[in-house]
Amino acid sequence: MAVYILDDKCVGCSACLKVCPFGAVEIADKKARLLDNCTGCGACAESCKFDAIVVEDNRQAEVDLSLYKGVWVIAEHSGGRLRSVSLELLGEGRKLADKIGQDLCAVLLGGDLGDLAQELAYHGAEKVYIVQEPRLAHYQTGPYTDIISNLITTYKPNIVLIGATNQGRDLASRIAARIHTGLTADCTELDINEEGLLAQTRPAFGGNIMATILCPYHRPQMSTVRPKVFKQALRDTTRNCEMVPVDSCLNGKCMLCDLLEVIKEAGQGVNLEEAEIIVSGGRGLGKPENFSLIRDLAEALGGAVGASRATVDAGWISAIHQVGQTGKTVQPKIYIACGISGAIQHLAGMQSSDTIIAINKDPDAPIFKVAHYGIVGDLLELLPALVKQLKRTAV
Amino acid sequence: MNIIVCIKQVPDTTDVKINPETNTLIRDGVKSIVNPFDANALEAALQLKEAAGAKVTAVTMGPPQAMDILREAVAMGADDAVLVSDRAFAGADTLATAYTLAMAIRKIGDYDLIIGGKQAIDGDTAQVGPGIAEQLGIPQITYARRMEMDDDMLLVERMLEDGYEVMKTALPALVTVVKQINEPRYPSLRGLLAAKKKEIPVWNAMDIGADEKRIGLTGSPTKVVRIFTPQRNTRAVMLEGEPEKTVETLAEVITKLSV
Amino acid sequence: MNALIGGVVRVNFNLSEEQQMIMEMVREYADGVLKPKAREVDERGEMPWDNIRQMAEMDLMGIPIPESYGGAGLDFTTWAMVGEEVSRACTTTGAVFGADMLCLYPIYFFGTEEQKKKYLVPLAKGEVVGAFGLTEPNAGSDAGNVKTKAEDAGDHYILNGSKVFITNAGDAQVYVVIANMDVNKGARGLTAFIVEKGMPGFEIGKNEKKMAYNSLPNRELIFTDCKVPKENLLGKEKRGFRVAMETLGVGRIGMGIGAVGLAQAAFDEALAYSKVRVQFGKPISTFELVQAMLADMATEIEAARLLVLRAAFMKDQGVPYEKEAAMAKLFASEVAMRTTTKAVQIHGGYGYTKEYTVERLMREAKLFEIVEGTSEIQRLVIANHLLR
Repeated sequence: MAVYILDDKCVGCSACLKVCPFGAVEIADKKARLLDNCTGCGACAESCKFDAIVVEDNRQAEVDLSLYKGVWVIAEHSGGRLRSVSLELLGEGRKLADKIGQDLCAVLLGGDLGDLAQELAYHGAEKVYIVQEPRLAHYQTGPYTDIISNLITTYKPNIVLIGATNQGRDLASRIAARIHTGLTADCTELDINEEGLLAQTRPAFGGNIMATILCPYHRPQMSTVRPKVFKQALRDTTRNCEMVPVDSCLNGKCMLCDLLEVIKEAGQGVNLEEAEIIVSGGRGLGKPENFSLIRDLAEALGGAVGASRATVDAGWISAIHQVGQTGKTVQPKIYIACGISGAIQHLAGMQSSDTIIAINKDPDAPIFKVAHYGIVGDLLELLPALVKQLKRTAV
Repeated sequence: MNIIVCIKQVPDTTDVKINPETNTLIRDGVKSIVNPFDANALEAALQLKEAAGAKVTAVTMGPPQAMDILREAVAMGADDAVLVSDRAFAGADTLATAYTLAMAIRKIGDYDLIIGGKQAIDGDTAQVGPGIAEQLGIPQITYARRMEMDDDMLLVERMLEDGYEVMKTALPALVTVVKQINEPRYPSLRGLLAAKKKEIPVWNAMDIGADEKRIGLTGSPTKVVRIFTPQRNTRAVMLEGEPEKTVETLAEVITKLSV
Repeated sequence: MNALIGGVVRVNFNLSEEQQMIMEMVREYADGVLKPKAREVDERGEMPWDNIRQMAEMDLMGIPIPESYGGAGLDFTTWAMVGEEVSRACTTTGAVFGADMLCLYPIYFFGTEEQKKKYLVPLAKGEVVGAFGLTEPNAGSDAGNVKTKAEDAGDHYILNGSKVFITNAGDAQVYVVIANMDVNKGARGLTAFIVEKGMPGFEIGKNEKKMAYNSLPNRELIFTDCKVPKENLLGKEKRGFRVAMETLGVGRIGMGIGAVGLAQAAFDEALAYSKVRVQFGKPISTFELVQAMLADMATEIEAARLLVLRAAFMKDQGVPYEKEAAMAKLFASEVAMRTTTKAVQIHGGYGYTKEYTVERLMREAKLFEIVEGTSEIQRLVIANHLLR
């Protein structure tokens, strides 16, 4: 496969240059030319009004793709409970399975699985492959890869969905490399296209662009999906399900590393500069005690607590929380400014955050000028309600 | 001990901006840098070298200009570097990239430890490291936040969402590291001047004995069919109405954004 | 950066490939490490050893010293360019960096092979820091009036007296000290010695509380029957005035470039602020009176930089540069003062608060018009050259 530019058709209009996400097009002598960093994505071909860009794809399937059926979800669990991402994958997997008219199955590995298989069934799995064996109590790349790769080779699923957790990303890439198929990381949107292929959409380039990716000639089509992207499947205890226990066939060789211990750490103070979510409080909180509202919200979101200079100066909170000119410069995914008016020195420290949400009782507060979402209202009422709402929706 | 560090040249994505009018990427002035996590990987290798003695070789797959980051690696203290570059590698997805790097690593040969960053900031896939380990048939430990030699075994703290686990592995093995593991050093003047003079070999597909069906676009199972820039709001969306309703909407917004 | 052809400086403003690489790295380091903690460094009240150690690891502490003595084997022009970046990002670290050379350079230039091996190597490697002791309570601009006495006591020298405002003192391990072997002869009695911290009879006095540079050590050196070994005589007896003057030449380049870095920092702050500060519904950078200030600041900084780099280049070429160095130091320090004052002005009320860096830069700028030859002394030096 390659991308070519037909010089006789190219007029040097530079439309392709503008759309190329990789900066891999240059215009020389009024003709477009592809540079070495071209990835062959074909974005340029789409933009060309003169049919001067040809995308040639001579890849083809080497196996009978029609043998591969079913949507699989690799379940992940911790402390005797399924991780919410697994239930989300079942929710999305259900939609995909229905669109292609195939079964939704789950794969469950572990030491002592309790009623987790049943839970998967309640959330829509029509079949659960169960591998129970003490040595699988904690995730380890070697045995998990061996077992799931064998299952895939044996049962030939069409689509495999895995949570984009540290475990899931470690596992999925190893499996994909073992069975030699495509894997798309961190999908935010999944769909079935007109050819019946899984259309996987994911952010790239630090979230600056989105890419839709197919895996046309290899099976299964594998994706990892970040937690909280999709809605969880609804629990329904009347659902029927086929339970398929599978022998682990573990041999000593597959334990590649020794797992010595697993240490759980309670949410420690999050580093402001590295936090993905920051909830910041300002003088609008009224009094120092109300910073607990900020802490509660930060905790509910797994984020860090920030503060305006005014609250730090007033001694409401320690200076390590200060965001702004004299404090830290932060760039989280979400910055929630609560009761912060948005003085220029505060904005200097946070305005390049991906998304800014401002809550303030003054509709004219300058913070709304930089915010992406704004709410005019009373913090003391809104914040506790928000924490409650977030806890209700999270599992 | 021989350590191979896999590094990648990436655009500094924090510099990338979107032109709000055309909704396209503004690439002017965007610097090419060593993938930050790979800088941590290199630092980890250099620290092992300082502690126990090792030869550190940096390897990258990329266009000819990726030579810059190899020189930077040498300036920081890598003993050797290899550029794996061929027009035929263009368009490789993570599987084809992992294959290509694995072939290059085989050619370097005699490795004990391979270190890479947990992921590259332009692709964010975290798939190439494990892909290389699989191709080479060696153990992998991803998301390492601490690493040290314990006799001839490697002790690693692997980061989890809610804590960490302590792993021990025999060598050879592949480790990917997170930012927390260290603070990468800056090159020294002497290193910089030495790096300028350093002969760095360039290996093409034939040099590494790559199967042409497994490299570049041809060797990539995945296919990018569409690239677009997400629409962005430039003005604040004001959530109005009853507090309960507002809170509900806001919770949804936050949940969606936090993925 | 320039070329000397037939004894005349031919201007060539291109950096060498090496310099380009070095500057790219130093700029990244300055912006990535030094600048983010500059405020904290100023507040901590002690020498920024963390920065100095890091810079030593990067081979930045002995740039113009040959590699055989632990340096990087580059030139003073490169040293100056690096100094600007360091000073721009962290004025305190820049000052330590500059003052250190006042100890390295005279040892390199006047020292014996033994002295270089013993003292210069660790200094150039940045393992230790140095200081230069000339100024006394009654010998500031009047350097010839040094009263610290040195006596030949047979197998050693005995030093008595004190020095004030000595930068890096206390933290430094090696001191080049100018003392007088014949007070009646004034400048012609001056003699230079290498004194080590911890030598009997050598004490470090209190740190000065200053208008700015809270974390930069400026202490007294107190000599009470201090025994200095014979082999620590630097240069020849009663030829110390030349040591002092040579050293001050380098000092002028160092102070000049430090001032340029500081001015650049203030300008950068002012420019950025003018773009985001909105008054009358528009960023203040759209107002012509503000634009005029910005244009003047940028122009003056550029001129100051060129003067300093030319002086450094002339030094590298081995041609007399005293007048040029004096001009550079004079102009650059006054530009720093003017630029910081304007930067505060552009910041308005906020600029007068501790919230913004420019108020600190303005206080710091004043130092440059005073140390290592006040502006008045520089003018005298220049005039002397003109009227020769």
